[in-house]
Amino acid sequence: MTVQDPNSFRTGPDEDGRFGQFGGRFVAETLMPLILDLEKAWDDAKTDRSFKTEMENLWRYYVGRPSPLYLASRLTEHLGGAKIYMKRDELNHTGAHKINNVLGQILLARRMGKTRIIAETGAGQHGVATATVCAKFGLKCVVFMGATDVERQKPNVFRMKLLGAEVVPVTSGRSTLKDAMNEALRDWVTNVEDTFYCIGTVAGPHPYPAMVRDFQSIIGWEAKSQIKHAEGRMPDVLIACIGGGSNAMGLFHPFLDEADVKMIGVEAGGKGVDTDEHAASLMGGRPGVLHGNRTYLLQDDDGQIVEAHSISAGLDYPGIGPEHAWLKEAERVEYVSIKDDEALEAFKLCCEMEGIIPALEPAHALAHVMKIAPTMDKKDVIVLNMCGRGDKDIFTVAEALGTEI
Amino acid sequence: MSRIQQRFAKLKDENRAAFVSFVMAGDPKPDTFAKLLKGLPAAGVDIIEVGMPFTDPMADGPAIQLAGQRAIAAGQTLKGTLDAIATFRKGDDETPIVLMGYYNPIFNHGVEAFLKDAKEAGVDGLIVVDLPPEEDAELCLPARAAGLDFIRLATPTTDEARLPAVLKNTSGFVYYVSITGITGAGSADTGAVEAAMARIKAKTDLPVVVGFGVKTPEQGAELAKVADGVVVGSAIIDTIAGRLDRKGGPKVGLIKNVTAFVKSLADAVHSARG
Ligand SMILES: Cc1ncc(COP(=O)(O)O)c(C=O)c1O
Repeated sequence: MTVQDPNSFRTGPDEDGRFGQFGGRFVAETLMPLILDLEKAWDDAKTDRSFKTEMENLWRYYVGRPSPLYLASRLTEHLGGAKIYMKRDELNHTGAHKINNVLGQILLARRMGKTRIIAETGAGQHGVATATVCAKFGLKCVVFMGATDVERQKPNVFRMKLLGAEVVPVTSGRSTLKDAMNEALRDWVTNVEDTFYCIGTVAGPHPYPAMVRDFQSIIGWEAKSQIKHAEGRMPDVLIACIGGGSNAMGLFHPFLDEADVKMIGVEAGGKGVDTDEHAASLMGGRPGVLHGNRTYLLQDDDGQIVEAHSISAGLDYPGIGPEHAWLKEAERVEYVSIKDDEALEAFKLCCEMEGIIPALEPAHALAHVMKIAPTMDKKDVIVLNMCGRGDKDIFTVAEALGTEI
Repeated sequence: MSRIQQRFAKLKDENRAAFVSFVMAGDPKPDTFAKLLKGLPAAGVDIIEVGMPFTDPMADGPAIQLAGQRAIAAGQTLKGTLDAIATFRKGDDETPIVLMGYYNPIFNHGVEAFLKDAKEAGVDGLIVVDLPPEEDAELCLPARAAGLDFIRLATPTTDEARLPAVLKNTSGFVYYVSITGITGAGSADTGAVEAAMARIKAKTDLPVVVGFGVKTPEQGAELAKVADGVVVGSAIIDTIAGRLDRKGGPKVGLIKNVTAFVKSLADAVHSARG
């Protein structure tokens, strides 16, 4: 039995999949035996040297890890305060951190003898990563995507199709990411024998939040040794954007017990957390149960889930991983929100100052860096998770800037 | 004896299977729903399952998803659902009512307050799809303590090793989900259901009803020969959906139509054992 060590933030979840009151296994009975099987397979794989070696080889030769830790010197000078490092996961194959997790889950699916992979996707980044790894291993891949997002993210839809995946437009509910996740769960309930559900973030029933976090933690482990090498010490602040929270958990988790490292998660504030149009579950939601876990959710007075809004499709989710909910209540991580227009400003600045077109998701994290870096000492060090590149977003940005491509 | 126990005892005396109907609270409009609910016992319904609408019903097919959306759009709330049941109870103190839905609206209402309000309204049992035995401390155990039955779903993936855990805190009856899938999909194979019934009955004295995928009086009659009860939901809801006007309101004759279909199902289930 795992007892939560009060002196550590790194021992969760407990054996029931709980981080404090958050997490758990809120699924239909049909799925319960499947997630227990998955938990067992993951427990076995975790300690199997050959699993680790296979994953490390693929990370190195297929994904291109380790990703560099890059000192953004012009940006640092421009903001005139703390040194800004970027953990460049946007250089990964397929252009985001998503593939770190997908590789791990697909290797696990292969170990379990599953032949059909399903996934949900919002912006299409997780869908593309899943389609990619399925192509590499010759597995059947079905991606559920809200019909609204299929319309908004045409290039990624075409990419997935090129990679041999079937893309199913979801028209139930309100046709967005949360509905795509519902539809993936409905598919899984129906195809229990051969199907593996590859969830794209640190949400869902136990063991997904912990498993996805562990796969994404490669980001934090690399950053830890890279910053030691570059600065001879730990950073002062880590910053990452939060949709479901996987890139943030991946960066934060290895540092959680470094008491002097401050961490900030940046939610999508849309048009403002005081309006109805945002995706900030921690800032503007309250605890509830959805998609297999208890966490902070955007919901109305009657417990009905409400739609999220963000300029960034990858942050457009009304929930957040349960470990973040717990870290918020434990006050280990600070959570803030950034609005659409602030993210756009950061997007432009990053292009012009560093020659890096960021995804709109990490542009939210960068916007917060723009607020705090100038207030910090020149000796202070910030590490920002540059978790995705912006090729997918140029149409959205052009529209927001009133430019025709 | 609880209403559910009394009902099954009576059915046993008469050598009949129970006919269980599922309708969504507030669908298509709260007032139409209230009238529909009132008419179900006379149409032959032995146990009424009332759906609590939720935006994200992850185990339901299109028919029940849309019913929930119609109800939410018509302003149905959890309080509204309990009020409708309280009104029903004024005219019927015998037909068991089981609330069926998802945990978030209940959690949001507050578990203690919900159990008190449901009990007062005249609810007999709960089926909460996303609360497996692993989460019994959330609602199942408090519900039992409050005198409400907690009816568990057993499924084709519930194997021999897991079955005792599923049955442990179950009360009222056991709901066997006849297919791996969502509501309204597929259709149950009587042979497989018969085998599952034997498997479950070997481990519990509770009545076992079967549902998911039952659409016609003929299917209902087949299953009534092997199970203690048969549940029909999506097919009833389809008849509601088929009689809506362009604004989503009920067309004239909706209640008569739906009730007639329900009666055909009930009659088939009741006469199946000759
Ligand atoms: C580049 C990028 N960053 C962040 C996210 C949000 O996910 P998470 O919070 O799990 O990292 C996405 C999701 O699509 C993404 O594509």
